[in-house]
Amino acid sequence: MLTNEEVAQTIIQQFGDAVSDFDDPFDLLTFSVTREQIIPLIQYLKEHPTYQIAFLTDITAVHYPDSPGRELCVVYHMHSFVNNYRVRVKVYLPAEDPHIPTATKQHLSANWMERETFDLFGVIFDGHPDLRRILNMEEMDYHPMLKQYPLEDATREDKIDALFGR
Amino acid sequence: MVSDELDIATKTNVPARNDETPVQYVNELTTLNLGPTHPATHGIFQNILQMDGEKIVSGEQTIGYIHRAFEKIAERRPFYQITTLTDRMNYCSSPINNMGWHMTVEKLLGIEVPKRAQYIRVIMMELARIADHLICNGILGVDTGAFTGFLYLFEERENIYEIYEEVCGARLTTNMGRIGGMERDLSPTAIRKIKEFIQRYPKVLREFENLFNRNRIFMDRTVNVGGISAERALSYGFTGPNLRAAGVDYDVRVMNPYSSYEEFEFDIPVGQSGDTYDRFMVRNEEMWQSLRIIEQAINNLPEGPYYADAPQYYLPPKQEVYKNMEALIYHFKIVMGEIDAPVGEVYHAVEGGNGELGFYLISDGGRAPYRLHFRRPCFIYYQAFPEMCVGSTLSDAIVTMSSLNVIAGELDA
Repeated sequence: MLTNEEVAQTIIQQFGDAVSDFDDPFDLLTFSVTREQIIPLIQYLKEHPTYQIAFLTDITAVHYPDSPGRELCVVYHMHSFVNNYRVRVKVYLPAEDPHIPTATKQHLSANWMERETFDLFGVIFDGHPDLRRILNMEEMDYHPMLKQYPLEDATREDKIDALFGR
Repeated sequence: MVSDELDIATKTNVPARNDETPVQYVNELTTLNLGPTHPATHGIFQNILQMDGEKIVSGEQTIGYIHRAFEKIAERRPFYQITTLTDRMNYCSSPINNMGWHMTVEKLLGIEVPKRAQYIRVIMMELARIADHLICNGILGVDTGAFTGFLYLFEERENIYEIYEEVCGARLTTNMGRIGGMERDLSPTAIRKIKEFIQRYPKVLREFENLFNRNRIFMDRTVNVGGISAERALSYGFTGPNLRAAGVDYDVRVMNPYSSYEEFEFDIPVGQSGDTYDRFMVRNEEMWQSLRIIEQAINNLPEGPYYADAPQYYLPPKQEVYKNMEALIYHFKIVMGEIDAPVGEVYHAVEGGNGELGFYLISDGGRAPYRLHFRRPCFIYYQAFPEMCVGSTLSDAIVTMSSLNVIAGELDA
């Protein structure tokens, strides 16, 4: 069984300053990495002889409009079937420069996951073979999951946030 | 005779080659739209296929026709109202989605669900798995030209839906259970119906297997059709029966047991070549295993409460609300969505009908999730479909798609 401590130490040794914010909410190792090192990290975890964290479970993003310089957070979930061990990696990006390298060379499944993330959040995956919208129509000119687009009509006055949600 | 005629035809068609320009064959390929509303795609998604005669040269998928922005809607809804969104993802096995969501929130809130509720959940999830697999396999039969097996199985799905009705009042979009347990105990009628089902279903399934498993026509249509190697399947993010058919024994129920799955004895069937026939066989065998689990669960159903002792999250009984001050307060707060959710982020996965169904929930302490992402197995593995059908015929592609069990609701969220 791998422990979070052990994996974290190995990753810090390998990547040094590029990795930070280590945490393990609900026993799932979580840390963030710079966008320059995300692909080497995915490659390293995939090819590590004992960890073999070779299955990409999910890619998604989160929008934090109130943290300047770290507005967009791309979240990778990866899984090692051999060790039954999961890890969550985050990459923070500034809103004005939402570029991140693609992981499609490491995992074929990243293709649509990245397209979905682009579609919903506007994160641009550099080097992606076919970065188009996937769920929404091509003509759409905004990325709907960003927090500046409220779900309900902002001009309505009969529903106040204090009673009916944020 | 034919060859003579052909010879003459070609000879007469050959243009006089007195100039240097070679004969140009422009666009020999035929573009074929398979979908969006094609009866054989079982859902609304489009495939634009380039065909060379009967053979598929390349395919391009368009999805999103029933994208309903669940992730966005979820950011405004209290936790308990999100269950209805999960119903509408994989609508062939809604209870699994419901329970998966409840378990995610329970993990965040730190609620320990009593054994009885866990066992009831296991029973309902396995019934849902049977309902899911029997549709997939039945429809696969229809797509290969055998309607009978489908009709046999569909009668049994009706019985599963009657059990759902008995447990939660709904049939398709079940909204079953609550955060913290079930909304009601299994009634004697429900227990009787479940027991009747596990008595009756083996006979039906065996008959179905007799019709298909060694059927010459069915095997011709499915063996070595739409195969994928284990390595490619893993790289494409396959999970569930489709991955197991390729020979990888990954099952969330065993790797990360939830809801007391570790207490049940069952096998994980695996295939070898990952082709349509293997997927069919894996699903059939999984139905047998699900029956085993249901049998163990219903026979060892623990006594005790069917909901957790968490009054701030679980709705109090209605008669208490009329008499008891605390119950009234809790009732009001829960219905208005004013529960105190801690700050945190959770990833919880369950074994859905099609594979690992994950819920990634970020809570900032508000009444609704700050961010909720569904890891939909269909969405991730459907991207392998062009690769699986390139070089095969159109009829093979339809069978392959059918056996992948792509559910449009889950694909598009």
